[in-house]
Formats: sequence, C-alpha cells, structure tokens
Amino acid sequence: MSTQQQEPETQEAPEDPEMKGAESPQQRRLKEKEQGLADEESVDESDLEGETVHIKVFRYDPEVEDKQEPRFDDFHVPFEKGMTVLDAVMYARDEYDSSLTFRHSCRQAVCGSDAFFVNGTQRLGCKTQISDLEQPVRIEPLPHQEVVKDLVVDMDHFYDQMHAVEPYFQQEDLPEGDLEEQRQSRENREKVKMSTRCIWCAACMSSCNIAAGDNEYLGPAAINKAYRFAMDEREDEEIKEHRLRILEQEHGVWRCQTQFSCTEVCPKDIPLTEHIQELKREAVKKNLKFW
Amino acid sequence: MYEHDVIVVGAGGAGLRAAIAAHEAGADTAIVSKLHPVRSHTGAAEGGINAALREGDDWELHAYDTMKGSDYLGDAPAVETLAQDAPDETITLEHWGMPFSREEDGRVSQRPFGGLSFPRTTYAGAETGHHLLHVMYEQVVKRGIQVYDEWYVMNLATTDEPDPNDRRCHGIVAYDVQSGEIEGFKANQGVVLATGGPGQAFDHTTNAVSCTGDGHAMAYRAGAPLEDMEFIQFHPTSLPSTGVLISEGVRGEGGILYNEDGERFMFEYGYANNDGELASRDVVARAELTEVAEGRGVNDEYVHLDMRHLGEERIIDRLENILHLAEDFEGVDGLVEPMPVKPGQHYAMGGIEVDENGQTCIQGLYAAGECACVSVHGANRLGGNALPELIVFGKRAGRHAAGEDLGEPQIRTGYDDDVEDEEGVDLPVEPGEAGLDTTGGVAADGGVTADAEGALERAVERERERVDALMRKDDGIQHAEIRSKLQNAMTDYVNVFRTGDGIRKALSIIRECREQYQDVYVDDPSRTFNTDLQQTYETRNLIDVAETIALGALVRNEFRGAHWRQENQIRDDENWLKHTLISWDEGEPSVFYRPVILEGEEKTYEPKERSY
Repeated sequence: MSTQQQEPETQEAPEDPEMKGAESPQQRRLKEKEQGLADEESVDESDLEGETVHIKVFRYDPEVEDKQEPRFDDFHVPFEKGMTVLDAVMYARDEYDSSLTFRHSCRQAVCGSDAFFVNGTQRLGCKTQISDLEQPVRIEPLPHQEVVKDLVVDMDHFYDQMHAVEPYFQQEDLPEGDLEEQRQSRENREKVKMSTRCIWCAACMSSCNIAAGDNEYLGPAAINKAYRFAMDEREDEEIKEHRLRILEQEHGVWRCQTQFSCTEVCPKDIPLTEHIQELKREAVKKNLKFW
Repeated sequence: MYEHDVIVVGAGGAGLRAAIAAHEAGADTAIVSKLHPVRSHTGAAEGGINAALREGDDWELHAYDTMKGSDYLGDAPAVETLAQDAPDETITLEHWGMPFSREEDGRVSQRPFGGLSFPRTTYAGAETGHHLLHVMYEQVVKRGIQVYDEWYVMNLATTDEPDPNDRRCHGIVAYDVQSGEIEGFKANQGVVLATGGPGQAFDHTTNAVSCTGDGHAMAYRAGAPLEDMEFIQFHPTSLPSTGVLISEGVRGEGGILYNEDGERFMFEYGYANNDGELASRDVVARAELTEVAEGRGVNDEYVHLDMRHLGEERIIDRLENILHLAEDFEGVDGLVEPMPVKPGQHYAMGGIEVDENGQTCIQGLYAAGECACVSVHGANRLGGNALPELIVFGKRAGRHAAGEDLGEPQIRTGYDDDVEDEEGVDLPVEPGEAGLDTTGGVAADGGVTADAEGALERAVERERERVDALMRKDDGIQHAEIRSKLQNAMTDYVNVFRTGDGIRKALSIIRECREQYQDVYVDDPSRTFNTDLQQTYETRNLIDVAETIALGALVRNEFRGAHWRQENQIRDDENWLKHTLISWDEGEPSVFYRPVILEGEEKTYEPKERSY
C-alpha cells in the first residue's frame, strides 16, 4: 500500500465530534498562557481563538476490516495558541480515537519521528504551526514510502540507504598519547556543520522525484551523510576518495537533477542540493587527478 | 525465541555505549529499543560533556564540584570514577569523529557551566546530545551490532527466589511494534537497562513522550530497589508553553535572567551572590518560582532569559539551535527580545540502584544512564554531567555484562546488613499494586524459580496473557485519561516546592490511578503498530515510578539539593546523609536507607554549606 495509489477520499466524521474529555495538560498550559498573553496575540491567531481546527487525517490498517480501504477521517480539535500539527493529532488520538497512529517522541524537532505530508508538503508535525495552514488541514503519511498504518510509513529502505554510504568516521591513524585529540579548524567544522544536523526524518527522500522513480538512488539524506565525512578534514585523502567512489556509482550523486525539493522541505535547513552539487564537483576533480 | 550474550534495552547514549563496549569485549550483543536509535532522547541534550581535559583542571576538581553539587548525596566511588574516566571517554568520541566546537588552535572547545570551578563543559554547538547520539549510532553500524528497533520491552525474565539478592535475570520479553509478535530474548550473560528518564510522570517536562520510566518499573517489579527517586531536577530554563529546553549554555555564555521589573534577581535578591545565573540548577529554579510567587514574574508565570547582549555572531556560533527552538516553539526571536523561561521537570537523579559496574542486586541485571542511580548526582545533577555519565557508566556496564573484570565494587546493592528500615511513615493510602495480580509468582512481575528457558517461557506466557486481556476487554477506561491525571497530580504536588500534605494528596491520587488502571482497556483492535497498547503498558510503568517519587519525597523530611520540604527547610546531615531505597516487596513498596559513601580514594568529602 502506498500513498501514491490513494482511493478517493471518503469523509467520515468521528462518532461524536463534540465529545470532549478532560482538559489535557497541554491544553491547560496553553490556555493559561493565552489568557496571560491576550493583548500580545497576533491577528491571525486571535481569528482562530475559541474555534476548532478541522483536520483530515489519512487512515489505513491492513488488519482492521473498515480501515483496509484507505480513507480520511475528519477531526475537529479545539484551537489553542501555539498549537502544532502534532498537538492536533495527539489531541484527536487522546480525546477521540486512540487507534490513530503516528510516530512522535521529542516534540522539539530533534528526534525526526514525525515527518508527515501536510497540505501537500513534507513537514515535521511538531514544528508546524496550525495557524500557518489552510483548513481543512490534510495530514497524510510521507509519499513514496510504504504505509504501515495511518501516518506510519516503513522506514527500512531509508535506513538501508543511510547505511549504504558507510556512515561512520573511518580515520584509523589517530594522534598518539594521552588525551590527544585530532585538530580540526573552525572553518572546517563550520563547513560540515549544517550537514551534521540531519535528524533522519526522511522528508527529503519523500520529496525527491528521482528517489521515487529509482529505488536504488541513495537519496539526499544519505548523500548528505557522506558529505559530512567526505568534507571533514580529519579523514585522510584516501578515505575521501573511497567515499567519492561510493557516491559516483550509478545510483549516486549523478542521479540528482537539482530540483531543490529536498532542500525546500528540510526542517533543519540543510542545503542538501548544494552539498550534492559540491560532491559532483569533487568526484570530477578526483577523476581528473588520475588522467 | 532470540538469544544473545548481552541484551541492551534502550538505544540512547548509555545503551549504545554499553552495546559497543560489550561487543568489543567479545560478547554477541544486541540492542532492543522501542525507538530507532537516532530517535532517542539523548539527542535533545544541548549543553555538553564535563571532562577535565585542560591544564589547570584535573579530575579531582571535577569530583569535588560534583560532590558539592550533589549536596553530599553522591557516592564518592561513583563520583570519582566519573571524573577520572570522563576525559578519555570524551576524547574517544572525538576520535570517532564527533563534531565538537573548536578553538582557534583546532582543539575542542570547553565552556563554563553552573556549579563548575573550571570551564570544562565540552560541547558541539547547543546540540551536543544530537551529535553524541549520532556518532555513537555510527559506531554501532560500523561494528554490525544487531539492533531490534521498534521492539517494545514489556518485562524482564527473572527467577523469583524470595530474596531479590538471590535472583537472576535471564532475558526479556518484547513485542515487535510493527507486527505485534511477542517474543522472548534470552541473555546468556546479562541484560543492560538503558531506558532513560521517567519525565512523563510529570505534566510540564523537557522530556520526550517516550520517557516513561520503563526500565525503572521493570527492574523495580523484579526486585531491584529504586534509589533516591525523590530527587527530580527541574531545569530553570524551559519554554513555558511546551516545556522545550533552553540550554544552560545560554547562561554559560553570559545570558542573564530578569524578573518583570527588569531586575537581575539572582543578585538583586541574593539568591546566589557569587555565581548569579550560573548557580546550581536547583538554586536557580527555586529563585525563579520565588520571584513569580512574590509577584515579580512576567505575566505571573515566568521570567526572562536575555542573551541579546552576546551579539549575533557569538549567538550564531555557539547557540544557534536556541534561536530555532525559541522561534519554533514560543514564537520569540532571541536576537531581538528576551526569551520567556520557567522551571520544567528535566532529569531524575535517582533510579535503579547499581554499583560502579552498573550491576543491580539481581545477578545479570544491569542499568546505566538516567534510569540508573550509581549514585553520581546525589540530590542535584550539575549541568554537563549527564552525558559523561552515559559514556562512562554505559561502557562499564557493557564491559562487566560481557564478563570483563572491573574489580570489586565499593558500592553495595540490595537489601543487606548495610541498610536501615524506615519505621512507620504516616501514609494516607495503601501504596502498591491494586487488586493483586492473580497470575502469581513471588516477584510480583517475575517468573518462577526455574532455569533460564523456564523463566523466559513463563515470562513470555504472562505477557501474552496480559495483552490478550487488554485487547479482549472492550470498555472501561483508557490509559490517556489515567496518565493525564497522574501527570497533573505530580506537577501540582510533587514539584519544586513540596509539603507533606501535598505529597499525601498526590499519593491518594496515584492510588486512584492504580485502581482505575484495573479497568483499563485497549480500544485499537489491531496487532499492527498498536501504539494504544504500547502506551497502556507505559502508563502502568509511570504509575509505579510516580509512586516511588512521591513516597521518597514524603519520607525525606529535609531540604537537600533538588528536594525541598516546607516543614524542614534545612539540610539535615545528622539524619539524612543516606540514600532512600524503595523496593517492590510482593506488590507493596517497602522503604529502607543506606548510608552515603563520602570516603574517596584519597580523601573524605566533608559536607559543607553549598553556596554559589
């Protein structure tokens, strides 16, 4: 089952959309805060104050009879200032339907669990404000990955590609002596800094047309991981060459057609396309050297 | 059934480090984790790793700062081991390619942190934990260590001799979240619990949704005591609406705290005349709440943390991540305005009682990282001391579980002749299991006295029965309602400022939660990725852990480190230089105490007044 072969959506409201449970802690905090900050509120958000947010969430479960045909469920969630897409689906789950399934953990954009397809774009649920989105907000699993259930996709292929670039530091020749560290210039650390911020959320891979058509393409996240090592001056030149050989294979950097979709969706603002381009240049330079 | 020599439960910093160490010691090692490793909450650690790397610093100063920070409730052998091993382990991370921030000469940078006498917090921007987690996972991939990710560990397979000190852990029972398959994992040499903190027992927390104290609860029910659970660190700078953490690094770099009147209250009101904002975390958290209580809080809720004067260049260089967090989760631009902050539950100093080798009183059962209590942090953890604990004690637990000889531990574990019983604390309700489990076994959650296979089979059978019962039931109460009630009770009554009456109220509510849990059911009928089932399990763990926190807070009638009691606002060294231990005795908690060890290798740490 893939999100690319969706059935036409059916709109089934939950049994009792008016049903409201006890206030969640998050709700209470946000309410208190909202009261405290009433006069500082932005125009957009005060428009939504006291309203409910309409979300349409993709549902599918291969095991449960009435979920085997993919569908969208509608939920109406009370809006609170600062509410994110993750807050909204958590509320829907805790108050309306405990079978609503999605990955999430840190709530602060470091664990990379909750990349969803929100109103047609790959985004992290926890750092996407509901007030920035048009309603109804459509929340779907990441495209181009097999759906396991509801918003959960199979990540195995993504992890396989990450592992394919030998994603670990390979310098064997380390400084001798007690507490001797390798030196790295500030400039070099700065050069690799953005690439090290990847949280493996797979938003980039999901947005990439090439990855959609070529299942063996390493994809932007894995190439970025390789960039992180290839550009780190602490690894020797020959290790870098070894890395470039992996990257210039048939399903490596040359597949990229610089459409920038990965760069646009990256929640950590990593310049993925630029990194891929730079590796293409490095690969050419390496090959010229042997001529 | 799966079988390995060493099984590590949890894949954050401590779990990954333990697995690497066990693998290097020659053991067939596997990691079983409810999250894929890179999703672990170690990734959210911001500040850094304390390690005495530089001239002018040495491990003894680090040990002294840590002991003082602990308010003399750390055990000296643990504290000294941490300080001695941290430098090597930090450099090992550098050798594994960790992208530390760098000085002009290319060496790793260090910065000042609260409670430290030397700027020894080694960091990688304000995202040190993220890099540490990823670097360690890279090393696991490099070594080909098997990872069972998205397998939820439900219970331990432990024999059930009457005395926990005679028991042995033979493995675990887990289910594959994706398929619902329940399986036994036999551990020929040892099980290392590295399941992180119990922050979800509280409402306002910096911890991930996954931090549900699973390892604490499993070890507790198998008979290993939980130690010093009343000591919960409330981080002074969490964002008010979500609990997202703003690193102490902001104050380390020179960030200033102001009250509503624009006063630099840490100095103006004398909370910490020397160190100001960089006083120990408990001191700053109490100062903030006192400001709010006295009407000087911003919007009567929080205070301001201002870093604008550091300048854009320095902020971008060292604290860039903070700008993103403040913007994304509070809508505040840290370059143009101060950030709102208030204390949030952040870290549990206590945990599963272990010795310096990570071993519990149950043979073959280890714990490391936040779920363990060695005890390094005592009554209060210093910023920058959690990450070195993961790598130092994760490694030791992994090595020892794999059969390496690390010498005789000086720290004792389990109920023995070193402990003193609690006599007659006045409890409002009967704590412990409601409606005792009918499926039997002396260890309320364990197996029967049996060989490894027998203990494991029995444990698997019990979990299958439990899941069937939860799934078969089609009405009752859902876990989310119970969890929310529990979290509110803990934040209302077992927070920064604690009173005996409040804690008793919390214990009564925890009792209600236990009784309600008797009626819990899982609505989602699917075996596929059933998070409803997983969270129902987690909620049970939270109830057990919350109760130990409240019980510990009730019996300890003194003010030490992070634990403050209205009735006795002094540190009472005469009566309380001892650890609180709570053990699950046939389904009922029993409380006892063990003296703290203040004798180090070469000196004794004399308790002094802790002023900053």
